[in-house]
This record gives sequence, C-alpha cells and structure tokens, in this order.
Amino acid sequence: MTTDAPVLAKPASRRPSWIRRHSPPYWLSLIGGGWMLAFFLIPLVSGLIVSLETGNPLTGYHLTWNWAIYQQLFVHSDIPYTTFFLRSLYYGAATTVLSIVISYPMAYYIAFKVKERWKSPLLFLVLLSFFVSFVIRTDMWAFILSNQGIVITALRDLHLVGKNFHILGTSNAVIGGDVYNNLAFMVLPIYVALERIDGRILEAARDLYSNGRQVFLRVVLPLSRAGIFAGVLLVFITTVGDPVVSSLLGGVGTYTIGQAIQDSYLTNQQFNVAAALSTALMVVLGLIMFIYAKVFGTQNIENLV
Amino acid sequence: MASKLGEGGRATESSLAAAAVRLEHVTKKYKSMVAVDDLSLELAPGEFFALLGPSGCGKTTTLRMVGGFDQPTSGRIFLGGDDITWTPPYRRDVNTVFQSYALFPHLSVFDNVAFGLRRKGTDKREVSQLVEEHLELLGLGGFGPRPATQLSGGQQQRVALARALVNRPRVLLLDEPMGALDAKIRKSMQLELKRIQREVGITFLYVTHDQDEAMALGDRLAVMHGGRYEDLGEPQRVYDQPATQFVAEFLGACNLLAVNPDHDRLCLPDGSVIGARLGTMASTPSLIRQVGVRPEKMQLRRVDHSDATSPSSATNRVNATVDSVVYLGATSEYELTSSWGGHLHVVAQNIDDADRLRPGDHVTASWHVEHGFALPADNATVTPVEEPTREAKEASRVN
Repeated sequence: MTTDAPVLAKPASRRPSWIRRHSPPYWLSLIGGGWMLAFFLIPLVSGLIVSLETGNPLTGYHLTWNWAIYQQLFVHSDIPYTTFFLRSLYYGAATTVLSIVISYPMAYYIAFKVKERWKSPLLFLVLLSFFVSFVIRTDMWAFILSNQGIVITALRDLHLVGKNFHILGTSNAVIGGDVYNNLAFMVLPIYVALERIDGRILEAARDLYSNGRQVFLRVVLPLSRAGIFAGVLLVFITTVGDPVVSSLLGGVGTYTIGQAIQDSYLTNQQFNVAAALSTALMVVLGLIMFIYAKVFGTQNIENLV
Repeated sequence: MASKLGEGGRATESSLAAAAVRLEHVTKKYKSMVAVDDLSLELAPGEFFALLGPSGCGKTTTLRMVGGFDQPTSGRIFLGGDDITWTPPYRRDVNTVFQSYALFPHLSVFDNVAFGLRRKGTDKREVSQLVEEHLELLGLGGFGPRPATQLSGGQQQRVALARALVNRPRVLLLDEPMGALDAKIRKSMQLELKRIQREVGITFLYVTHDQDEAMALGDRLAVMHGGRYEDLGEPQRVYDQPATQFVAEFLGACNLLAVNPDHDRLCLPDGSVIGARLGTMASTPSLIRQVGVRPEKMQLRRVDHSDATSPSSATNRVNATVDSVVYLGATSEYELTSSWGGHLHVVAQNIDDADRLRPGDHVTASWHVEHGFALPADNATVTPVEEPTREAKEASRVN
C-alpha cells in the first residue's frame, strides 16, 4: 500500500467561456474560409456582374443589368453556343464513363492483387504522366496521332485502315485525350476506396454463398461507391470546362464550350459573353452534380446497382 | 481409421455419416512453416467443440480450412461424409462468425442477416420471416433497419451470429468471437451462446485462446500446440488428467513433481513413493517423468497438528515449509518449499481462520492419488492417442 495521500485536484482557476471553448474549429477554418471567399466567391459574383455588362472592346464595358444576354447566347444565336455546350457535356460524360471502365480494373488490381511492396511504385506510375506539363503531353499525342505520325503510318502500311483515315480532329481523339489526362483522378480515389475494404468482409461474403461475381457486385462495388463518386466529380468537371485538349487534338467539329469561353475572352475580348458562358457552365455543372449526388450519394445504392 | 482411409471414396460414406466434420491427416504448410501438422479430428453432430491453443498453434488455420478459405497441403476434410477439401467456401454448408465480425458496412442489420439467404435464392417472404426470427433469437428484435456499423461491439457480434445461424449451416465456425468484447459482456455472451447452441442444435467449432471460455463452452475441447493437438476430450477430463505438461500448464496453474520410475513405482527426489494416474501419453510407468497436481487439489496441514486420518495408499503426502501467503479473500495462495527443495504452489479456500498458515510453518501437503497425473518427458514426441474409453481410464492407475 502506498503511503502517499491522494493529491487533491487543483481547483480550476476559471472556467473558460463557451466561446473560448468552442471557437478553435472556426479559427482553424479561417484560412480555408478566407481562401474560398477571395478566390471563389468574389470571382463568382464578379463574373456574374461582368456578364450583365454591355459595350465593346473599344469603348469599354458598363454594367447595364443586361440579363437578356443569356437568351441571346443560347436561343437563336448566330454562334451555336448550345451545341458547344452539349458537345462538352457529351465529351465529359463519355470521358467519365471510359475513365471508370479503364481505372476500376487498374485500381482493383493494385489494391487487391499486387504485393504490398509493389503498390507504391505502381501508384507512382499512375501519377508519372503528371510530371510532364499538361499542354506538352497532350501535344505529344497530337504528334503521335498525326496523319504522318507513327500510329497512322503503321496502320496504313498494314492496310488496316483506308487512305483517308485520320484520328486527329475527331471527337474520339478529344475523348481519348481527356481520358488520358484524367485517368489518375479516377484511379486514385477508387484505389483509396478499395484499399479500405477489409479482406475479412470479402471472406464473409464468400462464406455466405457468394461466388466471385456476387462478391464483386454485392460487396466490393457498393463499398467502392464513394471512390467512384469522387472520381466522377473530379473527371467530369475538369473535362467539361477544358479548352486545351479539344484545341490540340480536335478540329472544327470538336469545338467545346471551354474553347468558346477562352476565345471570346482572349481573342474577341467579349468579356460579357465569356463571363455569361462561364456562369452558365457553372450553373449547369452545379445542377448536374447536385442531381448526381442526390441519386448516387444515397445510402441505399444496393437498391440501384 | 487407417483402414477406412484405405478403402477411400464413397464406400465408407455411410459409416462416416455420423461425424459432422472430419479432418483426415490434414497438413498445411506455408513455405517453410508448418501451420497444421497431420491433424485428424472428428466432430459429432450437435457438438460444441472448442479448439484451444496459444496464438500460432494452428487453430485458426484449421478453422479456415474447414471454412474453405485455405486449402490443406495434404489430407482431406469431410462434412457429414462429403469430401469438401476442394469445395469453394460459397458452396460449403458451413458458416463462419469472424473475429472482427466482418459485417457488411454498407448494409442494414436486416440486410446483413438476409445476405446468405438471398444468395441462396430463398423466397422473399421466407427471408424476412427467418431473419426476423433470428434477430429475435439473439435479442435484436427491432434492430433490423439500423445500419450495422452503428451498433455496439456486443450487438455487432449478435448480428454476426444471426447472419451465420440464419442459414442453418451443418457446422458453425466461430473464430475467437469474443475476442473484442469486454469481460462482463463476454461472460453473459458465453451463457447465451451455449443456450443458442442447445436451441438450434448445430455443430459448433469454436476457436479460442481463452482456456476458461473453452472449458465453459465446450462439450469437448482439443488443446493445440505446434500444429497438432496434444490432448482432446471433455473439459473436466483434460483439466484433471492432461496428457502433456503443455496442456496441463495451458489449462491452469499446476505443480510439477519430478519423479524417477523405479520398478513400477514413482519416487520423489527425497525417495518417498507416490501414486498417480496414468495419462494418455505417459501410459506406462517407464514413460513417466513428472507428476502434475493442480494447486487446489492439495491440502495443507500443520505438522504439529495431531492428524486424525491415518496415511493411506489413496493419499500422497509431501512435507514442506510455507514460504509466503497471499490472501485473496475467498482463497489464499501458498508458496511452499518441499522437503527436497522443490517448489509447490497451493490454493486453499479460506474456511476457518484457525487453518490459515503463516510463513515458516511446517506442513504436510497431501492429495488424493487420483488427482496426480502422470506426464511424459516435456519434449515427448509420442503421437497422442485417441481418447481412452472409460474402462481404460479406470484401469490405468498405478500405485
């Protein structure tokens, strides 16, 4: 038995106020909040305001609350912005679907089939293309796939394709480039989701009369839903607004809303048009993502799969 | 058993149908390591069988091979007479309760329990009826719609049990199912598990490293060590008459007295002769190297007390001196030095204050001959033999 008398608890000097006790999380979010305010909310509002200005590059632009611009751009417009819009959404959707189809087996393989020590090197390989500038590596594809490039020359020499066959300038080239550029954004979140699945849960599924296909459909796929969800957000949003891939790998028939925004802003200096297009793009993307999250973000995905 | 093996195939099926699970010379090797070493086991239908041993003894590997998650390197596994050695887990009529429960985190309690039935294509109405029935059986009525991951550890364990039991498997495998529960819940869960097992009548193969749990739950238990079992039998028999020193010490505290066999008599180092019951491995006096006695089986008396009972051949006696006493309320634990300098550990109930001993007291430690069990040399490599019959056990006594 110890002879030490129990040490009396020191009376608390003064109870800190409610605000003091509960404020740290808010203090910690200050930098992030400030960042969002400065670089997201302010441009958002100013973008909307700029879109409502009228004028021309010579005389300058003035705010006239010209809401009609949205109608002018998308209804009976000389320039088919609606087409560009739909085309971009199509490219985005096709890229997203293709990315999932290609990335899921990759992520699955790295997460479940590879020895522990090979995981990091393989993930590094997935990220390796990011070490080269986005524009350069896309342009390299333009070089490889050009009509005098190795791919088409080889195909033509083997008489697998006709004389007039080309890849560059087609929608497929743009979608292919988008998939290539965004693959890591799909692989990584799916990998993280798969990696977190406890192997014993898969054994439990097999124990409960599931064959390989059922284990995948009933357990692995639902449990990696969050990863697919994150990947879809990342890939779809970046693809829809991107002007670079379609301008480097595409042609006249692949003009996207991203290019339209870029050209109206930089080339034509129609700031109001550029701002209106980008605001519209933002609203449309926001709506699509909202609906998507509502449908696929629910708990009972098993009922849908 | 060997002759049955020789006949092989379907011819023996009818004669083997009695065993719920049978392992025949099962060996599992991982590269250079032998996890399970030529193990043969037989579980009777409706039996609660506990597989007990320290970590790394091969008990979990054995369970995983019955479950189909690992394949034996050699040997065969039968389920009710059918060879299932190479049957994948999803086609075995066996279900498992995993150590970590392994509930499906994306499903509700109901959907977790219904998982197996749905995969088997059970009728929808029957599914919901069976699931509700089993939730009720495990005291989970009304928990159906809750997400499985939002339950406490004890409740998750019940869900895991219901999820396995609802399929009415021929054998239920339990892999340390209480491992993650705290002591209090564990006690009540043990009682409940035993009740449920009696109610459903399914064969349970229960893997644990907790000897109290194995003895409390098992109709029979096997103590595994180094990939094979060293003893197998009813808990009381294995505790009272363990086959080896390892089994004796794994199941509880134990005094080991070194003995020299001398013409069918066992001599202690001081020359006195004691009696002991023959074990399954120390089956002839010449094999005996040690005699084990459980601390609670020894009685202590002060030497100066006039002893009313005269020494008899049914009682062994050893003179000793008390070194230390630890008072534990219900019992006292004594450390003694025997007359030849050996160490003894005795647990005595605190019935009468006058009987309590103090350090320095000279005492005689006595125990019934039946309570001493003969053990072979520690590194004995004799293969454990099958559980002897009751008559054989009665007969195997030397004095």
